[in-house]
Amino acid sequence: MSGHGNDSRGNGEAGLIKLENVSKIYSTGTFGGKAITAIRDVSFEVQPGEVMSVIGESGSGKSTIGKMILRLSPITQGVIRFGGTDISTLKRRALKEYRREVQGVFQDPFSSYNPIFKADRVFSMIKSEFFPGMSGPEWRNKIGLALEAVTLDPTQVLNKYPHQLSGGQLQRLLIARALLLDIQFLVADEIISMLDASTRIDVLNLLADLKGRGLGIMFITHDLSLGNYISEKTVILRRGLIVEMGATGKVFGNPTHPYTKMLLASVPQLHRKWEEIADELKVSETVLLDREAAAKKAYETVSEILAPDADDSVLVETEPDHLVRFSPEEAREIEPAALAGKTA
Amino acid sequence: MSLQIENLKVYYRTLAGDVQALDGVTFSIADGEIMGLAGESGCGKSTLGNSLISLTGRMRYVEGTVTLDSTELPIWDFQDMNRHRFKDLSIIPQYAMSAMNPTRKIGRMTGELLESRGMKHKEFIPELKRRFELVGLSEDVLGMYPIELSGGMKQRAVMVISTLLDPSLLIADEITSALDVSTQKAVAEMLVEFRERGFVKSMIVITHDISILYQVADTILVMYAGKLAEKASAETIINSPRHPYTRLLISSLPEVGVTYSGKRLTGIAGTPPALLNPPEGCRFRDRCPFAYEKCLEEPPFVEVDPGHFTACWKEI
Amino acid sequence: MTKQTKSAGNITAPETDSSLQENASKEHLDAVVNERKPAKAVVKTRNMSAVGEMLYFAFRNRKLVIGLGVVVFFLLFALIGPSLAQHAGGDYGGPTNHAPTLKNGYWFGTTYTGQDVFAQFVGGLRLAFIVGVIGGGIAAIIGMIVGFTAGYKAGLTDELLNMLTNVVLCIPVFALLLVIAAFMHISGVLPEALLIGFVNWPWAARALRSQTFSLTSREFVSLARLSGEKSWKIIFKEIAPNMSSYLFMMFILLFGGAILTAATLDFIGLGPAGTISLGQMMNYANSASALINGWWWWFIPPGLAITLIVGGAYFMNVGLDEVFNPRLREM
Repeated sequence: MSGHGNDSRGNGEAGLIKLENVSKIYSTGTFGGKAITAIRDVSFEVQPGEVMSVIGESGSGKSTIGKMILRLSPITQGVIRFGGTDISTLKRRALKEYRREVQGVFQDPFSSYNPIFKADRVFSMIKSEFFPGMSGPEWRNKIGLALEAVTLDPTQVLNKYPHQLSGGQLQRLLIARALLLDIQFLVADEIISMLDASTRIDVLNLLADLKGRGLGIMFITHDLSLGNYISEKTVILRRGLIVEMGATGKVFGNPTHPYTKMLLASVPQLHRKWEEIADELKVSETVLLDREAAAKKAYETVSEILAPDADDSVLVETEPDHLVRFSPEEAREIEPAALAGKTA
Repeated sequence: MSLQIENLKVYYRTLAGDVQALDGVTFSIADGEIMGLAGESGCGKSTLGNSLISLTGRMRYVEGTVTLDSTELPIWDFQDMNRHRFKDLSIIPQYAMSAMNPTRKIGRMTGELLESRGMKHKEFIPELKRRFELVGLSEDVLGMYPIELSGGMKQRAVMVISTLLDPSLLIADEITSALDVSTQKAVAEMLVEFRERGFVKSMIVITHDISILYQVADTILVMYAGKLAEKASAETIINSPRHPYTRLLISSLPEVGVTYSGKRLTGIAGTPPALLNPPEGCRFRDRCPFAYEKCLEEPPFVEVDPGHFTACWKEI
Repeated sequence: MTKQTKSAGNITAPETDSSLQENASKEHLDAVVNERKPAKAVVKTRNMSAVGEMLYFAFRNRKLVIGLGVVVFFLLFALIGPSLAQHAGGDYGGPTNHAPTLKNGYWFGTTYTGQDVFAQFVGGLRLAFIVGVIGGGIAAIIGMIVGFTAGYKAGLTDELLNMLTNVVLCIPVFALLLVIAAFMHISGVLPEALLIGFVNWPWAARALRSQTFSLTSREFVSLARLSGEKSWKIIFKEIAPNMSSYLFMMFILLFGGAILTAATLDFIGLGPAGTISLGQMMNYANSASALINGWWWWFIPPGLAITLIVGGAYFMNVGLDEVFNPRLREM
């Protein structure tokens, strides 16, 4: 999983964004009695010009990773590095510089805009914080270029209120805003889910074009088909743990962990029925929804039927660029030479 | 059972005028048919589904007839529809999960619902428990408050309660939208199972996710800007659609196995027309690559192949 | 039925449908078609700014106009009245217990001690507005500071501020004032206004805190943080403007509440010495048994004024709620 791409900062080895054994633990209850682990021991790396999909259901903690990378939420354990630097050490001026390089776009386009102001105020916010000295015409030119990159017509989107624009236009405006800053890395948190089918693909294609320009993207989603479409690498998260990760083609083409198989078996496809897929994946009846058993225990989500991964489970490299989580016993059955990274 | 809808028009009253959300739709559903109702936001699918059950808020009935099992439904009369609701036709509304009264336990809420229809709550408890078990909920759920249940559990509970009186027609409005992929599959499969077990005769499944419809629906009806675009069996809609909108829509859907580098998909340029003052003729003509002069005249929704209806001059 | 041949490119889903776009013959269509009729002129409010739209609806709302009218009426009365009064409120020169008359300018009659009720009344009105604005204003400011900070920062800050709010909420105002009155010499309405302000803010802080909570969780606040804006800037530029209607209404309620509190305090004799406010007028009238003696002109004007001003303010608020919340507007 560790590539050796040269990013523009010249740190050949470091990779753009790197997570090392990152955990997020919330303390709840009065004066922080109980602890809830949202993310446990997550490590991965994203290179420039690479899209990594982080796929998980609700409660998997995928959004938490995005927020930590964006410094919107503090990291409890572990380190997140940007170009080699630990981002939790950045303060004030350095933090602002970080924001110039790393930005995010969120799920609900209508919630991302302050409803009482015009939509392009998000641009003027960037100007006042990052380009205070730039002249008017120069700034307008910059906006024009950014809008062109996201294929929006300035006359249609400038000077309008958010409720006058569509969800697709709003999302693309947010991407344009990020482009104004000449970012290196973008966190896209479920940005497609609230858009109509016909606009989804346009935004996805836009991300793919940006990736071609050297942008690194973390694409958080619960929809496997979307992740499959644009990403090189995929991470499957379950309850805060990585259960499978690697090159997208390998994770989707050769799913190994039962949870991944169950997810793939549940995705409604356009040309094959669920039964055909289940057969193909050889997902056994006991793994899929067992209603008799479920009725006795009232499972919250269908995926709870699957036993959770044990605390001492490890990630094992089953083939180059493909890691899967196994229990220690199962891991021992696989060739000891293939044991790549122990994460326990 | 069968449902016949003839030239149904339902508009929304607003300060600026009438939004012609549902502008003259005609179709029918056979006994035991699960019909998917697909389209993008603003196409009128929710309006259609909801108008069959109750016209509330700013909705205004303009004209048209709805006939269920040879009885005409008086959808314009809220009080009169009461004797049909829940018994002959029922709905799982779009925000059912968040619409449950947080201070009522599930059992009590169901009881109140039944009493309001003149049924004895006690008689239904065994059946209720049996059906809960069927969808994977333990009978303890009856004693829980909505906040104790997860999204998927609430959705399943609502499904059971809505179909308790075995309605002929069930309208499911975006019931899978807010759910995880595995729960979506369970809920969608449950719909089919309800039909198999005879709890419901026919269904209208409203969603924007066509792939789910391919898995569970018999036929799919595609709507655009308040009008019907195409209706055919699910196989036909996915594999050989004829209306340009349907074709463009299907080809813009990413699938597992399709990658950007492999084949770049394209969307549909432009946006649907505003329905406050809809354009004349075919409403898709501004975005349609095949549009020509005849499209200024509204195309009729007609049968072009057995069981395959579409509204496009090029196909008629 | 003949099947029409499709235009070039055999369409079989899902592969080749991108060819649909290339086969467009839009120019042909445009050449033949007339200009599409533009949409009917939209209603005036469609392109107004948010403020413009609000004013448009504001002046059409009966409750708002009536309530505002009443308050403004009394305000003008308070501003102009003192220059019309022919006597000073404290002068003892006049006939005692005289009913209202046009003679000598005793339009509202005189008190037990021969003072001009009208003069006292307009003086009292002025004081009432001063207390309302200052007392309400101070309460609003403290409430805003505490509420915004607790709502935005959350965590430990929130807990501490909550404790503070709860403590102040539980302080019995009258007991506090008795103690203060015993140890300090309060004269003039300003200290009274300050005191009311310092004691009336908790419920405002609570309300603002919960509003701030819900707004902070919206993504445009995250976006502002991502844009590098500092916390206080975010609170005042992003969050507060979204609550502007709420803040406005809150101030009006605090204004009315301050007047009422002051009147009550004055009435039971805990008010500042040396000034004659509306509440004190009623206090004196009560001690002189004006009700039993039938000297209605002494206590009805002040009582009515307080009722109408405070009632008018609350009435305005109901109307404002309809103006600010588009869903409550009549069709």
